[in-house]
Amino acid sequence: MPNFIMSYLDSSVRGTPGEAGSQFWALIYVFIIFTGVSVAVMAMNWLERKALAHFQIRLGPMRVGPHGLLQPIADAIKLMLKEDIIPAEADQFAFWVAPMIGLLAAFAVYTVIPFGPSQAVSDMNIGILFMLGVSSLGVLGIVVAGWASNSHYPLIGALRSSAQMVSYEVAMGLAVVSAILMTSLNASGTGTLSMIGIVRAQQEQGVWFIFKFFPLGLIAFVIFAIAMVAETNRAPFDMAEAESELTAGYHTEYSGLRWSLFMLAEYAAMIAVSSIAVTLWLGGWMRPFPNLLNAPAWDFIFSFFPALTFFGLAAIAIVGVARMSSHSFFRIQRVGLAVFAAVLGFIAVLLLVIAVGGRSVDANVAAGSAARFREGIDDVYWFVLKVAVFMYLFIWYRATWPRYRFDQLMRVGWKVLLPISLGVLVVTAIVGVIVS
Amino acid sequence: MNAPANDRTDDHISDSANDVAHRAPSNLDLDAPATPYLDSNELIINMGPQHPATHGVLRVILKLDGEKVLGTECVIGYLHRGVEKIGENRTYTMFNPYVDRMDYVAAVSNGLGYCEAVEKLMNVEAPARAKYIRVIMTELNRIASHQLWLGTHALDIGAMTPLFYTFRDREEILKIFEKYCGARLTTHAFRIGGCQYETYAGFEKEVKNFLTYVAPKIDEYEELLTTNRIWLERTKNVGVISGADCIALGVTGPVLRASGVQWDLRKAQPYAAYSEFDFEIPVGTNGDTYDRYLVRMAEMRQSLRIIEQAVNGIPEGPIMAKVPKVIKPPVGEIYHSIEAPKGELGYFIVSDGTTQPYRLRVRPPSFVNLQALDRMVRGLLVADVIAVIGTIDIVLGEVDR
Repeated sequence: MPNFIMSYLDSSVRGTPGEAGSQFWALIYVFIIFTGVSVAVMAMNWLERKALAHFQIRLGPMRVGPHGLLQPIADAIKLMLKEDIIPAEADQFAFWVAPMIGLLAAFAVYTVIPFGPSQAVSDMNIGILFMLGVSSLGVLGIVVAGWASNSHYPLIGALRSSAQMVSYEVAMGLAVVSAILMTSLNASGTGTLSMIGIVRAQQEQGVWFIFKFFPLGLIAFVIFAIAMVAETNRAPFDMAEAESELTAGYHTEYSGLRWSLFMLAEYAAMIAVSSIAVTLWLGGWMRPFPNLLNAPAWDFIFSFFPALTFFGLAAIAIVGVARMSSHSFFRIQRVGLAVFAAVLGFIAVLLLVIAVGGRSVDANVAAGSAARFREGIDDVYWFVLKVAVFMYLFIWYRATWPRYRFDQLMRVGWKVLLPISLGVLVVTAIVGVIVS
Repeated sequence: MNAPANDRTDDHISDSANDVAHRAPSNLDLDAPATPYLDSNELIINMGPQHPATHGVLRVILKLDGEKVLGTECVIGYLHRGVEKIGENRTYTMFNPYVDRMDYVAAVSNGLGYCEAVEKLMNVEAPARAKYIRVIMTELNRIASHQLWLGTHALDIGAMTPLFYTFRDREEILKIFEKYCGARLTTHAFRIGGCQYETYAGFEKEVKNFLTYVAPKIDEYEELLTTNRIWLERTKNVGVISGADCIALGVTGPVLRASGVQWDLRKAQPYAAYSEFDFEIPVGTNGDTYDRYLVRMAEMRQSLRIIEQAVNGIPEGPIMAKVPKVIKPPVGEIYHSIEAPKGELGYFIVSDGTTQPYRLRVRPPSFVNLQALDRMVRGLLVADVIAVIGTIDIVLGEVDR
């Protein structure tokens, strides 16, 4: 096999493909992440509708596939087949380019998100700065969409969301800075902006930054958690698309595929900001208690979690099969769900084999790669699990709270979050100096 | 005589919908912008008639400075069916089902008002048992109407979940309606002179079950909203209107009571069997959206009290007074009003001694209350317009008739 493929697989190479200079593997990672995020968005779409429905004593999608599992696919096909409408009065080019900008901003962020110590496209030394910068480009897509539509509701929606995103970015940035300050309390005494470096700093200091200098880390985290909801225009801060006020906000005039690009961008941005929160405060890819329970036995036990999770999902699916009506009308659905359960079970078995097998030896290259593969799965698993918690929170917020009014939203941003985050930043700096 | 500018208010009903936007209704002055502030221009946008939060087909023309509302103009009539004119061309009995189609979420109240008005015109009184059945049904309908209001109002403000909770519980009321008279929404529950149907077997037990079922559910709605920080911020001091303004505009119902005026026709001019029950009139103090919310929540609980007393004390006896097959009230006129869930619902009927009314006029609470919208929302933000439309609790079928 060509050297440019094999060289990265060598167990002696550590770090991200970008770091190792392997263009080929960087491209593979980009492809995997793009596909993975798109699939995650579809899954999130289904989960949100299901979870929201159960909050609201409904069933949610039930018809397309067992328990509506194929609903996102059906929706995607429907959206792609819809007529592509550009209003006659709209600015054609701007209308066309706006969803692309939003999507680009949402997806470009993923180049630096570390799913594991080497599971990132690249480890930029200005990672977090890049991330904040690129993710705030998303507002450009919204403003352009609102302007290009040449219509009142989208315009107001675009103005609202741009004002909102810009003001919450300030509080968000300050909260991030207080976390970055904490990274400089390493043995080496140098802070870092690199996403992987931030997680490593937490590993080195033996504490997730959410618990660091309690309650300072926690406050900064909460501020970030609030600001990130506002940043992604989700309830209770969904001014921009406040359905009951502005019909659909900035994407009122959009339909079909273009509209779905906006949705894709929104959900991708949600995952992206959740990833930032996980990286900065919740120890990124690290499993719980990596230092306290660091015996190989604990490593072994924790490496079973991915397999167990998939076994659990498979069990839920099997229970679903058992509970489904035995009427012949539901036969296809039952078989479909059973196949789904089987797939989940197969993945679980596969993960189990990797967890046990990847453990053995690292004498030769192949076994070393296997061990690396196992570690990689563990890292990605814990990272995704933490992000999933945030995604669930997004749904929970939406089901629970009414919507803020625009001026109240700005007041919360400027008069509450900003002073608190400034204060936390200053106090963190002082405490940090005293401690070191 | 009148200045030309003021003439336009009277005839704009006859305009086509599009003309109104161009022709500038009097109080908005859509053509000439007010003094420009920092070179900003006013924005005039159409909210409705196709809009998710205008509760049907209300069209509100908003004049905005940024997000601030400078003025509003309601354009109504998209649901006009000429109910009053239909009334002149139907016999008294035939017209009875039509009134259900006005406020279709409180059809029972509409029927009660109409039946009582005609009875008063004919000098007939419904038997005691019929009156009790009427009270039970009407109060159940009041709860159903308030539940629907709560759900949609909360949805307008952005809380999605209460809608489903209220609809779940409203369903129990509709089941009772369906069992009683075969219809869920446009019930046509009462007849002139009493009730057509005797209660079904187990009616009282089911109503009692409902009372025990729904009381904790109302607490559940309150748990979601009453102390919710965002809900408080969105509703407190929003859409304030004073009691004096309410009276001047003719506003009635929970909107009036939330402004501190203790006026409820069930107490002030007792009809049906209301004089026999013990209940309170909840009133507010500030006259804002939050007070209106609290008043309606309290009213649901008072309705439960009334229903409980009525079910326990329901007398035996006939359910229909002696009414001729062909209803021919004597020559005369009558105005009879009841306390519908949304306010004072009045029927003014002029009889010329034939089988059809000479003139039938409905005083719908929604239509009159809607007049207060402009006064409530001036100077507020766009989002508040939605909250205020919700809090007035209008049903466009009743506004347009």
